[in-house]
Amino acid sequence: MSAQVPIAAYLILAAVLFSTGVAAFLIKRNLITIFMSIELMLNAVNLTFVAFAHMWHQLSGQIFVFFVMVVAAAEAAVGLAIIIAIFRTRETLNVDQIDLMKS
Amino acid sequence: MSHLSPFQTFLLLSILKVAVVTVLTLMAVAYTVLLERKFLGRIQNRWGPSRVGPFGLMQPMADGIKLFLKEDLLPIAAERPLFIAAPIIALTCALISIAVVPFGGMQTVKGVEMFNIADLNIGLLVILGITSIGVYGIALSGWSSNNKFSLLGSLRATSQMISYELALGLSLVGVVLHAQSLSLRDIVNSQGAHGAWSWNILGGGQIVAFFIYIMAAYAETNRAPFDLPEAESELVAGYHTEYSSMKFAMFFMAEYANMITVSCVASLLFFGGASSPLGHLLPADFGGPILSAIFPILWFVAKVLAFLLLFIWVRGTLPRFRYDQLMSFGWKFLLPLAMANIIVTSLVIALRS
Amino acid sequence: MQLALFLIFGGLAVAGALNLLLQRHPINSALSLVVVMMSLAVLYWSLGAEFLAASQVIVYSGAIMVFFVFVIMLLNAGEEERTTGSRAAYLVGFPGAAAIFCLLSFVFLSERKALGYTNIGGYLNHVTSNISEISTILFTKLLLPFEVTSILILVAILGAVVLARKEQ
Repeated sequence: MSAQVPIAAYLILAAVLFSTGVAAFLIKRNLITIFMSIELMLNAVNLTFVAFAHMWHQLSGQIFVFFVMVVAAAEAAVGLAIIIAIFRTRETLNVDQIDLMKS
Repeated sequence: MSHLSPFQTFLLLSILKVAVVTVLTLMAVAYTVLLERKFLGRIQNRWGPSRVGPFGLMQPMADGIKLFLKEDLLPIAAERPLFIAAPIIALTCALISIAVVPFGGMQTVKGVEMFNIADLNIGLLVILGITSIGVYGIALSGWSSNNKFSLLGSLRATSQMISYELALGLSLVGVVLHAQSLSLRDIVNSQGAHGAWSWNILGGGQIVAFFIYIMAAYAETNRAPFDLPEAESELVAGYHTEYSSMKFAMFFMAEYANMITVSCVASLLFFGGASSPLGHLLPADFGGPILSAIFPILWFVAKVLAFLLLFIWVRGTLPRFRYDQLMSFGWKFLLPLAMANIIVTSLVIALRS
Repeated sequence: MQLALFLIFGGLAVAGALNLLLQRHPINSALSLVVVMMSLAVLYWSLGAEFLAASQVIVYSGAIMVFFVFVIMLLNAGEEERTTGSRAAYLVGFPGAAAIFCLLSFVFLSERKALGYTNIGGYLNHVTSNISEISTILFTKLLLPFEVTSILILVAILGAVVLARKEQ
């Protein structure tokens, strides 16, 4: 009754999400949005891990996703703190204006 | 129903369950408001609503009609789509989590469980996840109103809910360790053996976890004594200052639906859910098949009602916390206590086995 | 069932990702990223990873994205403006992303036969949940990485506090 979905479809969905993340990373000029597109790329990679874990009937892929989530949480905490610190000194979030090491 | 395939039976019964539970939850929300006004009135030595219908029982209908007929104001400076979406997010998240709550005994009709919309093996995590999504409703409402009071209220609410979610989640770990499952049905069954003595709060030794949970739950639902986000003496009305008519009613209903959900989870995890406190003192088939199906529901409703009354009692008794007191209470007291509870519980379980 | 779930939530995920790319205001981008993450959670669930689905909702959409929204609200970040840098980025960004997508989908499609099909039944009606299997592996074979990540989290918390604190 239920039609089956090939694993390749999940992988291509992940590829779409990943390349959208790359495009957003390159095009966006707002520091927070750029950071969010990194999260989008991480999510796309997680989807491929889960799809491969389903394909091989092994849990290693799922556990790897678990670790990726933990590291992403740590990364988001430090990254947002850095963004707040930058905003405090430069009062802007545009990446074109925060390209100098010293003001 | 013999000519229906198993899938069709499942579908029909599920739709029936969802419809009945939704209607009942909305009624319960409406009458919790009335209960609060009546009970709070008695605490403050006055009558509470008593004009509409006998004992004021029609008051929720009157309130509903009033809120529905009021003009729906939309501030010019507000971010329109988010301003409209925020109360919808808040109410939806508050109502969805009732779907995984088992509110009766195991009764199956044609292989479909009757007193539980969905018995998921990650039920507890689903409730935690939906609660954490509910934060968006409040955060967005404050930001999209473009009002300083709203923004301050929603910043307070968001940081308060994120902080107390940690203590809330950690306080549940002891219960999960006891039951060895995240399914709410399994957690209830693990406490059903000897009546009240096998409940997690008594026999399970989770009384500390229960107090952490109930305090974190007050903060999580933004209720007194942690109702800083809507502290009327400082912030007008907090994040729903700019809301009127049905949108305000949605936030109001979301608050009470959250109260009901939190009470349901407390009675499921610490007070044995639908199991009777008498255990096997009453025979299992006491009073025939229909009565023995109804009794667990009555126990469950009684426990939830007791928690709701506790909520209102606390609101009528305790003054509001200061904001820094709230934060240091959550981070410096509840969180370490919850971690200590996990360590002690796992040591006890390890030594026993 | 599997096909319907994939089509609905895969479509939602792609729509959310494109909306992230096209919206100018960071808060709209953040909310569309939340949509992507929620629909990915449903896809994880349909692939038999219910624990990951729950932790995706709790960790990603419930904690990380709330922090993003919180910071956007706190800094009152407005719409981004177009600059000369953004025009150069358009020239490089779209062809680069399209090239990556074409390369990846070419590889996946050429290996389509070897990759096989998903099956929803028998994997989700499991009596034992995969939570217990995951925790068994996590606390026996992978105990050291688990502890190292917990130290990483601790370091990240301290670093965030030090960075975000006002200087005296």
